[in-house]
Amino acid sequence: MHSLEFDIAHFLAGSMVVISLLLLYQDRLYALLKVFALHSLALTLAVGWQAYIQEAHHLYVTAGIALIFKAIVIPAALYRIVRRLGIHRTLEVVGGVGRDMLAGAALVALAILVMLPVTAGTDAVAREDLAFALAVVLLGLLLMVNRHNAVSLVIGFMSLENGLVLAAAGARGMPLAVEISVAFSVLIALIVIGIFLFRIRERFDSVDMQAMDAFRGERRR
Amino acid sequence: MPLPLLLSLSMILLAIGLYAILASRRASCSRQIYGISLVICVILLGMALTHLLNAAAPVTLTLPLGLPWLGAHFRLDALSAFFLIVVNLGGAVASLFALGYGQHEPAPGRVLPFYPAFLADMNLVLLADDAFTFLFAWEFMSLSSWALVMAHHREPANARAGYLYLVMACLGTLALLLAFGLLAGANGGYDFATIRTVEMTPGLAALALILALIGTGSKAGLVPLHVWLPLAHPAAPSHVSALMSGVMTKVAVYGFIRIVFDLLGEPVAWWWGGLVLALGGITAVLGVLYALMQHDLKRLLAYHTVENIGIIFIGLGLALAFQSNQMYASAALALTAALFHVLNHSLFKSLLFMGTGAVLTATGERDMERLGGLIHPMPWTALAFLIGAAAISALPPLNGFVSEWLTFQAILLTPELPQWLLKFLAPAAGALLALSAALAAACFVKAFGITFLGRPRSPAAAKAQETDRYSLAALFSLAALCLLAGILPGLVVDGLSPAVGLLNGGAQLPAQQSQPWLTLVPVADVKSSYNGLLVLLFMALSGIFAAVSIHRFASNSVRRSPAWDCGFPNASPAAQYTAGSFAQPIRRVFGSVVFQAREHVTMPPPGDGRAAQFAVQLRDPVWDCGYAPLTAAIIKISTKLNYLQYLTIRQYLSLVFGALVLLLLGIALWR
Repeated sequence: MHSLEFDIAHFLAGSMVVISLLLLYQDRLYALLKVFALHSLALTLAVGWQAYIQEAHHLYVTAGIALIFKAIVIPAALYRIVRRLGIHRTLEVVGGVGRDMLAGAALVALAILVMLPVTAGTDAVAREDLAFALAVVLLGLLLMVNRHNAVSLVIGFMSLENGLVLAAAGARGMPLAVEISVAFSVLIALIVIGIFLFRIRERFDSVDMQAMDAFRGERRR
Repeated sequence: MPLPLLLSLSMILLAIGLYAILASRRASCSRQIYGISLVICVILLGMALTHLLNAAAPVTLTLPLGLPWLGAHFRLDALSAFFLIVVNLGGAVASLFALGYGQHEPAPGRVLPFYPAFLADMNLVLLADDAFTFLFAWEFMSLSSWALVMAHHREPANARAGYLYLVMACLGTLALLLAFGLLAGANGGYDFATIRTVEMTPGLAALALILALIGTGSKAGLVPLHVWLPLAHPAAPSHVSALMSGVMTKVAVYGFIRIVFDLLGEPVAWWWGGLVLALGGITAVLGVLYALMQHDLKRLLAYHTVENIGIIFIGLGLALAFQSNQMYASAALALTAALFHVLNHSLFKSLLFMGTGAVLTATGERDMERLGGLIHPMPWTALAFLIGAAAISALPPLNGFVSEWLTFQAILLTPELPQWLLKFLAPAAGALLALSAALAAACFVKAFGITFLGRPRSPAAAKAQETDRYSLAALFSLAALCLLAGILPGLVVDGLSPAVGLLNGGAQLPAQQSQPWLTLVPVADVKSSYNGLLVLLFMALSGIFAAVSIHRFASNSVRRSPAWDCGFPNASPAAQYTAGSFAQPIRRVFGSVVFQAREHVTMPPPGDGRAAQFAVQLRDPVWDCGYAPLTAAIIKISTKLNYLQYLTIRQYLSLVFGALVLLLLGIALWR
C-alpha cells in the first residue's frame, strides 16, 4: 500500500531517526534539550498519524502524553534544572563527532538489516516503524554511552524511550494501559534523576560522570 | 474416587504443618502432629494397597490450579500406587516412632511444621501428572527436607550439610527442568499424557536420559552426585533421617522410573542400559566402601543408602538393557528386582535409622567408638537392629536376600543379550554387586558388634536405658515386615506385577501364587527357585537341634574365668576391638587404593611419657577428582570476573550496548 498515508508515516518515523542523529552531535546543553523537544514532537506527530490511519483512538491519548510530557514538561524541567544548578553548558563528546556519526549510521543500517527480514510478511507500516524504532533505541543507547554529562545521559534515556513508544504505536493492538504505565514510569524516572542531579551537584560541584568516578569508595585493585 | 481423597489427605497434612507453626510451643503439640500424620499415612497406605492389589485402572484428575493454560494434573496408576505404599508405610512407621522419639526433640518448632509438609510433598510428587506439578512438589519436597536438615542449625557441620544439600537439590531440579523441557518437545505440552505421545530423536532422548539421571540421581545419591547425602541425612532428627534415607531417595527413584521407563517410552539405544548399569555398580561398591570407613553410626547408614541405590539402579539398568533388545520377560524380572529392593530398602533402612535414633536418645552418642555393650540395657532395640542389619546384609530368610537374589537372577539372563559390551558389563556389575553385598555384611557386623556387643566405651553408653514403647512398636513392626517380605516373597512379587506390567509393555513375571509351598520361581522351575519359608524352617530346626544337643551333651557346670585375660588382666574397655580396628583389614585392601588411606603411628621414644598415637588419613576420591577442581575453577573464574563489580556507569552502559549490538549483528548475519 504505497499510498500517501504510508508515505507520511514513513516520513514521520524517519524524521525521528534523523533527529536522533542530530542529538548525537549537539555540544551545548540547551541545544540538546531543544532537539530533544523536537524529537518528542516528531514522536507526537508519528503516533498521532498512526492513530489516524489505524483508527485506534487510544493512540491519540499516547500522542497527547508524548506532547505534554516529553515535548513540553520534561525539556522545560531539565531546562530549569540546568539553569538553577548553573551546570557547565558545553558538552564534551567522548569520541569525536565524526566517529559518532559514523557509528550512528552503522547502527541505523544494522537496525534495518535486522528488522526487515524478521518482520517479512507483516504490515509494511509496522515493518518500517519497527526498524526505525530499533534505530532510535540504538542511537539513544549510543548517546548514553558516549557522554560524560549526566544530563545528556538523561536525554539519551528519554530518546531511547521515545523509540520504544514508536515501536509500540506501530504494532497494532498494544493496550493503552501499557503505554500509560510506560509514560508514567518515564516521569518517575525524571523525578528520580532530577533529585539525583541536585544531590550529585551538591556533593561534587559537578555533574560530570568522570568527576563522580573519582569519588567512588570501592575501587578495584 | 480415590484420587480426590488422596489429594485432600495430602492437603490435610500440609494444613497440620501450618497448625504446628502456631501450636509448636505447647507440649501436647508433638503428639498431636505425629498422631495425625500416623493416621493419615495409614489411610493413604490402605488406599494405595487396595489400588495396587486390585490392579485397578489408572484414575486421573485435573484441577484448575498451577499454570493457567495447563492446570494441575494428577494420576494414580500402579507405579505411583506402589511408591505411595513405600512412602506412606515409611511415613506411618516414622510417625509412630516419633510419638516417642519426638518428646526428646530440643527444638520442636523447627521440626513439627515441616514434617507433615514433607510427607505431603512426597505424596504429591507421586501423584503429579504434569511437569509443572511434579517439579513444584519435587522442589517443595527438597525445601521442606532442607528445613528439617537445618533443624539443629547451630552446629556448624549441619549448616554446611544444609548448604551443600541446597546446592545439589537446585542442580538436580535444574536438570529435571531441562529434561522436561526436552520431553515436552517443541509444542510444549507439559502434561504427562501429551509427553508420552511425543516422538523424540535418539540424540535428544539420550540427552533427556542423562538429564534425568543427573536430576533424580542427585536426589537419590548416585555416585558421583552423592556427596551431600551422607552429610545431610544424618543431620536431621532420626525419624526424619529414616524418611529421607528410606523414603525420599525412593521418590527420586520413582522420578527416574517415571521419566525413563514411562515418559521416554521404549529405550532407543542399548548403551542406555549399560550406562545406568555401570553407574549402579560403581555406586554400590563405593557406597559400601565409604560406609566401612565410617564410625559415625548415622553417617554409616547414609552411605549404605548410597550402596542400596546402586543396587536398585543395577536392576533398572538391566531392565533398560533388556527392553532395548525387546526381551520383555527378562526386563520384567530386572524391574521386579529393582522395585522389590525399593520396598526392602525403605523397610530396613528406616528400621536401622530409627534404631540408631533410639541409641542416640539413650546415650547421646552417634560415634561408635564411644558406644558398646548396649545389648544389656537395650535388648529389644538390639534385637530389632540385628534383624535390620541381617536384612540389609542380604541374609536369608529376610527380605534383602530376596531382592538381591532376584537381581542376580536377572544378571544370569544377560548372556542372551546380543551386545558384547553388555555381555561383559553385566557380569562385572554382578561381581560388584556380590562384592558390595559381602562388604555390607562386614560393615554391619562392625556396626552391630561395636555398638551393641562388648563393654561400654563411655559413661554415657554404660548408663543407657531401653527406649520407649512407641519407638519399640515402630521398630518391631518394621522388623516383622522385613521377615514377612522375606518368607512370603511371592506375594510381594505378585503385588508388584501391575506396576511392572505398566512399565514393560504389559509383560510381567508369572504369577507366584500358583506355585506350591510359597516358592518363588522367577524364570522356570528347572533354572532357579527360592523358598523363604523353607529356609526359615531349616534355620529354626537346625538351631533348635543345635541348642538341644549342646544342652544335652555339653557340660552343665558353670565355669568362671577372667574376661579378656589374654595377658591383660583387668583390661579397660579401650582394649576391645574398635570400629576402626575392625575395619582395618578392609581399609588396607581397598582403602589404600580407593581412598589413599594412610596410617600414621606416632611412637614416643623410650622415656617419653606421652601416649602413642595412631591416626588414619582418608581422602575422598569423588571430592578430590570431581568437586574440588570444579569449585576451584568456579572460584578462579569468578575472581577474574570480579572487576565487573567495580565499573563506572558509562562502562556498564557500554557493556549493555555492546552486548545488544553483538546480538543484533548475530541475528543479521545468521539469517
